[in-house]
Amino acid sequence: MTRFWLLKILRTAPTLWFVVTFTFVVLRTSGDPVVALVGADATPEEIEQFRALWRLDDPLWVQYVRYVMQMATGQFGISYRDGREVIDIIAERVPWTLMLGLFSYIGAILIGVPAGIVAAIKRGSTFDNLIMATAVFGFALPNFFLGILMILLFSLSLQWLPSSGTGTVWHLIMPAVTLATFTAGTLARFTRSAMLEVLDKLYIRAAAAKGVGYWKRVILHALPNASIPLVTIIGLNLGELIGGAIVVETVFAWPGIGRLLVTAVSSRDLAVVQGLVLIMAVTMVLANLVVDLLYGLLDPRIRVQN
Amino acid sequence: MSSERLSIEHLNVPLPLGADRRFAVEDLSLTVSKGEILCIVGESGSGKSLTALATMGLLPRNLGNPVGRVMFEGQDLLTIDDATRRSITGRRIAMIFQEPMAALNPIFRVGEQVSETFRIHTSLSQAEIRRKVIDLFREVQLPNPEQIYHSYPHQLSGGQCQRVMIATALALDPSVLIADEPTTALDVTTQAQILKLMLELRAKHDTGIIFITHDFGVVAEIADRVAVMQMGRLVEIGTRDEILNHPREDYTRRLLAAVPTLTPRKERKGLGNPVLVARNIVKTFTRSGLFGSGRTVKAVDDVDITIRRGETLGLVGESGSGKSTLAQCVIRLVQPESGDILISGGDFAGLSGKALREARRKVQIVFQDPYTALDPRQKVGDSIAEGPIIHGLDRKAAMARALDLLEACGLDRASANRFPHEFSGGQRQRICIARALAVEPELLIADESVSALDVSVQAQVLKLLADMQARLGFGILFITHDLRVASQICDNIAVMKNGRIVERGDPASLFGAPKEAYTKELLAAVPGKSWQHHASENEAGEPKLRKEAP
Repeated sequence: MTRFWLLKILRTAPTLWFVVTFTFVVLRTSGDPVVALVGADATPEEIEQFRALWRLDDPLWVQYVRYVMQMATGQFGISYRDGREVIDIIAERVPWTLMLGLFSYIGAILIGVPAGIVAAIKRGSTFDNLIMATAVFGFALPNFFLGILMILLFSLSLQWLPSSGTGTVWHLIMPAVTLATFTAGTLARFTRSAMLEVLDKLYIRAAAAKGVGYWKRVILHALPNASIPLVTIIGLNLGELIGGAIVVETVFAWPGIGRLLVTAVSSRDLAVVQGLVLIMAVTMVLANLVVDLLYGLLDPRIRVQN
Repeated sequence: MSSERLSIEHLNVPLPLGADRRFAVEDLSLTVSKGEILCIVGESGSGKSLTALATMGLLPRNLGNPVGRVMFEGQDLLTIDDATRRSITGRRIAMIFQEPMAALNPIFRVGEQVSETFRIHTSLSQAEIRRKVIDLFREVQLPNPEQIYHSYPHQLSGGQCQRVMIATALALDPSVLIADEPTTALDVTTQAQILKLMLELRAKHDTGIIFITHDFGVVAEIADRVAVMQMGRLVEIGTRDEILNHPREDYTRRLLAAVPTLTPRKERKGLGNPVLVARNIVKTFTRSGLFGSGRTVKAVDDVDITIRRGETLGLVGESGSGKSTLAQCVIRLVQPESGDILISGGDFAGLSGKALREARRKVQIVFQDPYTALDPRQKVGDSIAEGPIIHGLDRKAAMARALDLLEACGLDRASANRFPHEFSGGQRQRICIARALAVEPELLIADESVSALDVSVQAQVLKLLADMQARLGFGILFITHDLRVASQICDNIAVMKNGRIVERGDPASLFGAPKEAYTKELLAAVPGKSWQHHASENEAGEPKLRKEAP
């Protein structure tokens, strides 16, 4: 069992290496960072000085090796822009994203999963159609658009909620709802189909033949089985959530890592971009590990024997 | 009648509009008494399972509400409310199903699943329940009851799962037990054990049992009374002797005539040269474990087989004996580790790439499940013609051949333009046979090709295979777990166990005087072998097996 997990963790190393390398290659081949950083009207001397300062005049492979070594030892370096430690810059942003993400993620699960269950057991009814129509609306609507619509309605017209920034719990509502809509819609849809499949199984009928009541069959017998495919979706959706955060944080001026990434990319602050990408990749890899762990807990057939 | 336990009176189960008939079950009346086993027999679609489900209140939602009465302990099961039903099902009436593996929830320990019945219907403590469950496991003869209690369904065999289901059903000593094809998915020896167990339990608990089956062999083993159903209607009902030996209705007679018996095929002379010579075939599977700690299983262990032109070699054995793996080695869908395969005298084992694809034409396979073996989006004619076209025939000639084959297989030429879902299971299997024969193979592998079919359809498909073989002269490797089918169609039979062939010979001598203990065991497990309904119909001179097997 321990060996199983050790192997799983070891397998994440190539993934992370690939992400690190990819980021490096893309950032270095998409234009000279120095020009963007020091400004177009800088003198050649200033540019050379800047290059030497950040050791950007070394051959590319030397920079690459140095960078990979730094990443491997957890040193993200110093921001080209304001000279602070990248790790500090990121650290002050992470709690905001975490707060937003957690709220919308839990909200999405609490809304999406029960909605899917109800749709499945009321299959074909008006209720089912209504839930599914809402779900499609939820994941078809681009979240920047939904965000802007909500600002127009709740901030400008009704003046119920603040349009951007932070400070109170009211500031959290619109970004969290915008972010959760997509995930909740997807989850509702997948829960419905997973439940429909499981409810059709012979063991559900066999449970009824034992005298197990309807809701017990749905909640105790069907749902744990349906949750096995759901866990995959929930894990994958973490990626959607990170992607969504970039957009939503920008729309609502939320001071999280998503907005940080956007500003860092546009100002070519390489060290910050690289650090952020690595952190996001690690998050996804961890989410996958958690999904694998949950599989084992949920499904004895997947659990490694001995 | 005071001993009457359950009485079904004028039961009607309506089908949805647009179905081929109005009622799935129509005006059905029957009763089961204390300590009685009533077998309901019929082909697929006869409404036998739906009768059981209607009684249990488990009908699929797309069917209409059943009409009529199902009287049990003074109440009509069709009209009781949900709470009353929950207090009756699982406690007073229990049911077991055809696929025991699928009837157990995969994510809970089996002990828990049996305990649930007690938890719902009694107020016993956890410890008492546990003790009772383990006693039940002992009663249904599960080995290591303590260990089984903590096992998950996937860790048990099919037979063990069915024993668990039976334990669940018997937990609260029900008055009536409904068993829907409980042994159909099991090996013949496991089936024999389960049937024996049911007889013992009936004797001990005096349960009234409704036993649904399509197998007259099983009926002969356990029935007290038999009800024959066709298209939702009761054809006739009577004692076992009346139905099996003196049927009144034509339909029953036809069904009985189609039942395969252990009647060996007549010896045939003039078989040709070998079409398949396989020598020393070995195939091992390694269960993938981490860091090479996997278990290895010898699926095929040094096996030799030879099939001549026009010969049918039967391969019999239980699931997991290596029959299918051997066949897949022969056709090289699975790569054997070692061994020589000669097809029509040419090396087949060493071929690869284009040469292998060309040689593949000579060996064709027909699978067990005709529902999944045909591409649902490909017209039947195209799927038959595809093989010849790949092997170089032009489209027009290939289509002409496909039409001829359809006709030869008893289907209309116009069916070439239809899709697989428009055909019944038996028709689909004919299409699969036509498709296999389209490339003019020299060897046809039939892997449990008739096992999923009703007896009457099974008989037709077997006849088709024999006719086509007589016309075209190909050899057949016929894989089956059903010794009765094997004895009828095969010239020679090889018995496989744990990857090895333990005994081989022609059906008459193999089944007449088996040498190996395992062959004897298999023969003893064949259901209904002592029942001689064919006695009057068999041609004179054909050797028959009475109770020769010990």
